[in-house]
Formats: sequence, structure tokens, C-alpha cells
Amino acid sequence: MPAFLLNPHRTWLILIIATATTFWVGVDGGLGLAAGAVTFAITWIKGRLVVLDFMELRHAPPLWRRIIEGWLMLVTTLMLAAYYLGPELLPKAG
Amino acid sequence: MPVELTAPIPATAKAEPRLPGDPDLWFLILAELLTFGMFFVAYVGYRAMETEVFNASQLTLDRTLGVINTLFLLTSSWAVVSAVRAARANHSQQVPRYLALAILLGLSFMVVKYFEYSAKFAAGISLNTDTFFNFYFALTMIHLGHVIGGTVVLTVIWSNARKGACHAGNMRGIESGATFWHLVDLLWIFLFPLLYLLR
Repeated sequence: MPAFLLNPHRTWLILIIATATTFWVGVDGGLGLAAGAVTFAITWIKGRLVVLDFMELRHAPPLWRRIIEGWLMLVTTLMLAAYYLGPELLPKAG
Repeated sequence: MPVELTAPIPATAKAEPRLPGDPDLWFLILAELLTFGMFFVAYVGYRAMETEVFNASQLTLDRTLGVINTLFLLTSSWAVVSAVRAARANHSQQVPRYLALAILLGLSFMVVKYFEYSAKFAAGISLNTDTFFNFYFALTMIHLGHVIGGTVVLTVIWSNARKGACHAGNMRGIESGATFWHLVDLLWIFLFPLLYLLR
């Protein structure tokens, strides 16, 4: 495998590609309602790469890995809920 | 030149599971994540209540500058990972070079943020303009504080690394600084799509 496809270079490359994808989806993805889900999903993937490969949680005690990965899942889930169900769950402003 | 007291740590070692850096630092990381996590969810919730305001105000942000700053932080994190790997391999001369690149990218992030804030203030936009800008300024300014703090920490480590102090036998300082820097990167990975892109 070429050297630039080995970590940490591979992780960096995926993060750059994911950033470009989020940018495209956010600006003019033409995805309508799905844009939120796609944006949150890509953010979750990027976050996971940073904590596992850059912060080295892949080789950390399992409890710490679960706590931080759990935080990522929880925040992503709550953001999805707020994005899609927010208008129904929350009182109207003003 | 550094005296190499410890054998290099092989990159592929199947070692005991461990947290990089000072273990206490990880409780700070967790506290930061819980705090920012609440802000992220609150932002999406408030956006759902005032979608028109958020969408209109968001369009005044310069997305290109947001992307550029994302690339700066992602690349600086890569440079810090490379510095840590060089230190573990006892390649002590490479460590300060990678750290210098990371510091330069951290400073570049600050410069871009300075231009973004200046343009907003010049247009009469501030923290009190609307709910979107409450979040935008509060979150990015707290984050910028972390970028500044992290850059200072990296600069101290760079100064030590130049004296050959970062090697396989002395990893705690550089690993701690690296972990904090990745946290700064991780928080921006959320802030950028939320503030600049989410429609």
C-alpha cells in the first residue's frame, strides 16, 4: 500500500474528503429534508475518526472508548431529534 | 543532542490498552465534550424554533473561510499526530518541525477568525443581533479561546522539543498537548457544519 494511504495520512485524507462532501451537501446538495441527516452522519463519521485515530481511543481502555463514542452517538441522535422533531416538541418562539 | 534513554516505541506494538497523555486530562476532555454537546443540541433546537432567522443570518457567513479553517485544523491535527509518532520513534529532530507546522496552522486559524469577526463588526453585526448570532459568537469565541490556549501549549512543547526533550522516554507532555489539540479539532468538526452549513 502506498505510504500516503497508511495512517495517520489515510485518516487525514478521509477527513478532507468528508469536509468537501459536507460542504457540497450544505451549500447545494439538492437533498431537501435529507440534508440534515447527511450532515449529521458525516459529522459523526469525522468525529469518530478523530477520536479513534488521532486521540488514539482505538487503543485505549474499552471503558474510555465507550464513553467518548457514546458521547458522539448521543449528541448525534439528539441533534437529529431536535432537527426533525424540534418544531413538534418545542413551543413556538415569540 | 538528546540522550536516548528508552528504545523507540514500535508503531504497531500490540501493547496494553492505554490513554495517551496525562490520565487526569481525560476528565477535562469529558467535561468539555459534555458542555459543548449540550450547546450543539441546544443550537439545533433553537434553530428548529426560528428556522427562518437562522437560515437568513447563516447566509451572511463566509462559508469558504469556514472550510479553509476546517482544513487548517484537520491538517494541524495530522501534524501533531506526526510529531507524536516521530517522538515515539526517537526521531527527535522531526518533532519540532511537525509542531511548528501545527502552530503555524493554529495561528492561521486565528487570522481567518480575526477577518471574519472584523467583517461582521464592520457590518454592525454582534452577539446581540439575533439568536443565531448569540450562538455563533458565543460558541466560536469559546472555541477560539481553546485554539489560543492549545497553540500556547504546543509552543511550549515545541520549545522543549527543540532541545531534544520529546522522545520515547518522555511522552507525557507531548501526548497531553496533542490530546487537547485534537479536542479543539473535534469541537470545530461539529461547529463548522452546524454554524456554516446546516440548512
